[in-house]
Amino acid sequence: MSNNAGVSVRNLTRQFGENRVLDALDVELEPGAFVALLGRSGSGKTTLLRTLAGLDAAPADAQIDVPTPTAVVFQEPRLLPWKPVWQNVALGLADPNPRRRAEAALGEVGLSHRLDAWPGTLSGGEAQRAALARALVRQPKLLLLDEPFAALDALTRMKMHGLVLDLWRTHAPTTLIVTHDVDEALLLADRVLVLEHGRIATDLRVGMDRPRDPTNPGFGPLRAKLLRALGVELPAARVLEPSA
Amino acid sequence: MSVMSAAPIRLALPAVTQVRAPARRRFSLAGYRRFLSPLVLVLLWQAASMAGLVSPRVLAAPTTILASAWDLLISGELLYNMAVSLQRVAIGLAIGVSAGAVLAVASGLTRLGEDVVDAPMQMLRTLPFLALVPLFILWFGIGEVPKIGLVALGTTFPIYINLFAGIRGIEPKLLEAGRVFGLSRWGLIRHVILPGALPSGLVGLRYALGTAWLSLVVAEQINATAGIGYLINDARDFLRTDVIVVGLMVYAILGLSADALVRLGERRLLAWRPTLVGR
Repeated sequence: MSNNAGVSVRNLTRQFGENRVLDALDVELEPGAFVALLGRSGSGKTTLLRTLAGLDAAPADAQIDVPTPTAVVFQEPRLLPWKPVWQNVALGLADPNPRRRAEAALGEVGLSHRLDAWPGTLSGGEAQRAALARALVRQPKLLLLDEPFAALDALTRMKMHGLVLDLWRTHAPTTLIVTHDVDEALLLADRVLVLEHGRIATDLRVGMDRPRDPTNPGFGPLRAKLLRALGVELPAARVLEPSA
Repeated sequence: MSVMSAAPIRLALPAVTQVRAPARRRFSLAGYRRFLSPLVLVLLWQAASMAGLVSPRVLAAPTTILASAWDLLISGELLYNMAVSLQRVAIGLAIGVSAGAVLAVASGLTRLGEDVVDAPMQMLRTLPFLALVPLFILWFGIGEVPKIGLVALGTTFPIYINLFAGIRGIEPKLLEAGRVFGLSRWGLIRHVILPGALPSGLVGLRYALGTAWLSLVVAEQINATAGIGYLINDARDFLRTDVIVVGLMVYAILGLSADALVRLGERRLLAWRPTLVGR
């Protein structure tokens, strides 16, 4: 663990039976960057994230340098149903006044009015915002998001994108979002990685200014490139090219 | 050049109207109807007793039973014996619940605990514990110990089995989230495992209560000198069917009250459950 807030992974191999999910993977994330990780299902995106989160032990021959504290937002909110929202956010905090810190974090995600609610009464979007607050309250140097918006409806997802960007701008953690949604990656990240055959196959810088608009002409070529890297040939991509 | 006129296509959708059933208030008469047939039965019983069709040696008349209950209440005999029985159940239950909980936690949390504890518990559980009465008398004599011991033994298993299942049924994803947010092993037990296993534990407690009263009834047949069971046995010697029925009614009332108490506790402790949460 270093004081540098960036992430460095060298020679990470993960194998489940015959299936080599990560194959001597090297990757660097610069401090404060917002990076999206794409890949087909089973490409090892989540395995990489879990290793960075410390949920899966790294093999001895890998060098993993991750800043602390690290916080994770999972695909499901994973709130403890028997604790009110603020106690979920304050879970594991070593602080003389955990409630005040939880309140502040919940205020940032717009949940001040649900402090004492049971998680079972939250909507999907609210629950995921609470999960985001639970990650934020730890003031993480590395924020890991594992397909956090995949289960939300389209409108809620759009709002959550704005919220995550706001929070990232305010707190500036190094952020890695695992997603299978190319548009989401392009909307949020400075840099998009595509994982294939256990390694980073594509490393794309996204130079567009924020807030980004999917109708921006810069979007099309990047989207087509990423989709190709994911093995999807887009007929629309041909239409975009001038034919005469 | 033909202009495609975008004629609006009217889709003849069947009007979806919410047909609401007329909210007919069913007057509480229907509720009272449920009590009508038991009442009729009691009246028939009373009539049969008065007509001499049912001998008081077989079954006393309802009015006699009520009168006896009143007498026993006034003399303090009923409350005293009730207190003795309640104490037996309370102590036995406290021991049984503690033992069951400790064993379940030990065997639920560690592999070693499971290997050591679970196999003998599963074997003992299949034994009808009431069959141990002769052994208990040999071991503990005929005092309070075998009575409390029988209650304790009978209540250990339902707590153990349900709590163990509850602990093992904790969502692994929640445990993982707890770990990632820095909970220690003890923190995981306190904040994730035990509260998560509580609903099953309370189901176990309700079963245990049922078993506790059953054990008490059997235990109080062992040469008791006080308690509801003593009251019943004593009444048998004097052919007092009225007092026997009073004793049975007390057993029933105590059992129902205990169950109601646990359900009340459930509502408070499990207020977080979506089914119980009022939106």
